[in-house]
Amino acid sequence: MKFITSIIITALLSFASGLFTVLPWYSFSLCAFIVAIAIHQKPINSFLAAFIALFILWGILAFIMDYQNQHLLSTKVANILPLNGSYNLLILITAFVGALVAGLAALTGSYLRKHK
Amino acid sequence: MRTIPFIVSAVITTVFITLLNMQLPSGKTKTPRLGFFLNPQYGFWQNAEPANVSFDKDIKIAGIKNNTEVYFDDRLVPHIYAETDADAYFIQGYLHAKFRLWQMEFQTYAASGRLSEILGKSMLPTDKYFRRLGMVFGAERAIETMNEYAETKNAMDAYTDGVNAYINSLKENDIPFEYKLLDYKPEPWTNLKTALFLKFMSFDLTGQGDDDLYLTNTKNLLGWETFKKLFPERADSLDPIIPKETAFEKPSIDVKLPTNADSVYFGIDKNTIQAVAPIIPNKNNGSNNWAVSGSKTKSGKPILCNDPHLGLNLPSLWYEMQITTPTLNTYGASFPGAPCIIIGFNDSIAWGVTNAGRDVKDFYEIKFKDSTMQEYWFNGTWKKSDFRKETIKIKGQPDDIENIAMTVFGPVMYDRNYKSKNNDGKYYAVRWTAHDPSNELATFYKLNHAKNYVDYVDAISTFQCPGQNFVFASVSGDIAIRQQGKFVAKWKGQGDFVMPGTDSAYLWQGFIPAKENPQIMNPVRGFVSSANQMAVDSTYPYYLGKSSNFPVYRGYIINRKLAVMNNITPQDMQQMQTDNYNVIAEFIRPVLLKLIDDAKLNNDEKRVVEIVKNWNLRNDINEKGATIFKLLWDSVYAGVYADEFENSKLPLYWPDKTTLLEALLKNTDYSFADNINTIDKKETMSDVVTSAVQKILPVIRQLEKDNKLEWGLYKDTYINSLLKIPALSRLHLPIGGNEGIINATTANHGPSWRMIVHLTQPIEAYAVFPGGESGNPGSKYYDTFVDSWAAGKYYSVLFLKKQEARHNNRIKWHFTFIKA
Repeated sequence: MKFITSIIITALLSFASGLFTVLPWYSFSLCAFIVAIAIHQKPINSFLAAFIALFILWGILAFIMDYQNQHLLSTKVANILPLNGSYNLLILITAFVGALVAGLAALTGSYLRKHK
Repeated sequence: MRTIPFIVSAVITTVFITLLNMQLPSGKTKTPRLGFFLNPQYGFWQNAEPANVSFDKDIKIAGIKNNTEVYFDDRLVPHIYAETDADAYFIQGYLHAKFRLWQMEFQTYAASGRLSEILGKSMLPTDKYFRRLGMVFGAERAIETMNEYAETKNAMDAYTDGVNAYINSLKENDIPFEYKLLDYKPEPWTNLKTALFLKFMSFDLTGQGDDDLYLTNTKNLLGWETFKKLFPERADSLDPIIPKETAFEKPSIDVKLPTNADSVYFGIDKNTIQAVAPIIPNKNNGSNNWAVSGSKTKSGKPILCNDPHLGLNLPSLWYEMQITTPTLNTYGASFPGAPCIIIGFNDSIAWGVTNAGRDVKDFYEIKFKDSTMQEYWFNGTWKKSDFRKETIKIKGQPDDIENIAMTVFGPVMYDRNYKSKNNDGKYYAVRWTAHDPSNELATFYKLNHAKNYVDYVDAISTFQCPGQNFVFASVSGDIAIRQQGKFVAKWKGQGDFVMPGTDSAYLWQGFIPAKENPQIMNPVRGFVSSANQMAVDSTYPYYLGKSSNFPVYRGYIINRKLAVMNNITPQDMQQMQTDNYNVIAEFIRPVLLKLIDDAKLNNDEKRVVEIVKNWNLRNDINEKGATIFKLLWDSVYAGVYADEFENSKLPLYWPDKTTLLEALLKNTDYSFADNINTIDKKETMSDVVTSAVQKILPVIRQLEKDNKLEWGLYKDTYINSLLKIPALSRLHLPIGGNEGIINATTANHGPSWRMIVHLTQPIEAYAVFPGGESGNPGSKYYDTFVDSWAAGKYYSVLFLKKQEARHNNRIKWHFTFIKA
């Protein structure tokens, strides 16, 4: 239950912080960090919860924008980066980058708490 | 707390975020800040515009005096309806910024030599070039003059406010894609940036002046007598803009040839020049325009046509729009970066431009006392130089400081501190009319408001640089054309080569008064036209510059066609503007075919000749003959001149192909056919042409194997993104044409805006440009018109009154700007 809760809260807080673009782009990592402190789990679970939260959040956001855009820009960017023009791969990499940052931040947060 | 795991994990997290927050090296370039760039709430995903986006919006804004309406049609062309001119220019600035901000700013970075600031050290040579050419110097002087005339000052102020209103409304996630890619941010717009942009056009359209350096080498290599044969004063097939045998007024300026010119200037001196300009504008920069009078049209009303040929880029140089106020109702192509419509029409008149191609940029060799450049020898005394300090910021590196010596001529562009290929230790100053105070914007402002011929003449008569052929037609039935600019009254040959900078006799002696510029109104033949050819025949009293500045054949074919056309409709004009007939081939093909010695050819080579023989002389996309003809003619040209030119290590200016063509039309026994490297043998033109067929055969075989022999595939036209990134460009476009053809589309150059205006009431107009209204690569409106343009199709233009706009079924979206 804790696991699911922390996924949902991390995702929601990260999304909310991203609406304030005066904050730096990595402000979501602070959300993951705080949630990991507040909801105490095993470090690996904290990591996974935040990882999954951001993977889903960024993955879905990118997917929706890309779908509405009919893959126009993502295909161009996937040729520049270079990912051979694969917008699917670009969405996956996007999701993975957000997930990894959040996971690491959560891991750090979880270690901050006293071990049970 | 588990201290060690915590520290390790914290460090890893911080390092990872730091790396994602940095631009990492990737080959020659750098990545964006990947964390920012990929974040769907900040980065590039935000620029992915939904395909079914609605542009409807109410915008509360400070800076306008009245509420203002903008209607967008189905092509995203805005139609502005404002209560005052100032509000209209404010909104124009806002819309330019909304749809083209990155491009506007990038172009002014380029113009002012600031690309290193955003792209790094690799751009330093380009930046130095523009600084040393005096682009900023020229723009600063222009802005003073522009401010003296209230109308342009007010238009620029309102425009700048509009651009900045948009910039200030931007949040981090809204900024255009390219800023995110290159990792920098928009800075405030200024009037100076508008002036810089206009100077960039001056550079682009008068840049051929830099070939003075090459031409001097060529003259020194060949000697004056041989040089004269390869660079004749005038092409025989020239059909000038002003019909031959038009009488000209007596010149008001009597230009004096320096007494020592024969020896010092035209004679061979051994001071060969090695300065090579790092960027030279495309030689094909030019255009077509023409207007036919009512006597030749089906409707009895004039039709005006214009297609400016420039580099083809995305986002496009042009932004199409309509501007309507109580004093103004105009439509056409605007420059993102400047107020007003540049090429277009209003309720009463239409106008268009082609490049005049006159040489208004000359180089002088300066004799300095020593390498500090403090004093230079001029008219028998040492004269003190001024210095202009230019600081070039470089991304991630210390600034580069240029101390540019300023002379009576202008900035010393090439010196020993400028590490271009200029390693000969000499000093060359540049005198360029774009350095002189001027107000080109006033011309467009007045044209936008013009009602008739008198207004048109008043509007253009102060236009200085880059000199243009302004074509005109009015609803009242007049047509006219005038070559207008600040043109130098030169003695014959002045400024073709580098001039001595020690003697005031070589200074420019004056400028041709505007009323003495070539011009004609309502000619008997019923049409006016220009296609960058030499404007006048030899009876014109001033020197226009060397002949190779002026292409001959587009003008020739345009005049030949217009002369026989009658009952003309706008559809006829569309067909003509996109016509792929190759008149150069019409002239030279019979000569080449006659010179080919069949006996020396094998069957494969004969087959190639056969294709050229049966070719229909059109550079349509599916014509193989067009490709083979081009290869053959290029090879013949190289076969004739390479022996003379390739032995020199200096940068040289090669003869014009027109020169070879006309020489062969007169006499195929051409002295330059002989290869000077083969002492024991005297080659003839027949040898050259026959061996050209043999030389091109392997190329043709390869093209056949790659399935690229058809002209469209061979030419392979593309529209390059300003950053030269293939993914942001449009490649492999199926479009015919070539240089010397009315449809002047080459690989990356051609008609950047095609316009046909029928001067009926109300006005009927057609337009298309190779781009789209949006500059955002994530928008489907980024390149909307490219396919139509390539196919030679036009859009019928919506030129609407405000009450019509509200109900027109092609109007899709609506902005209301509400005064805050």
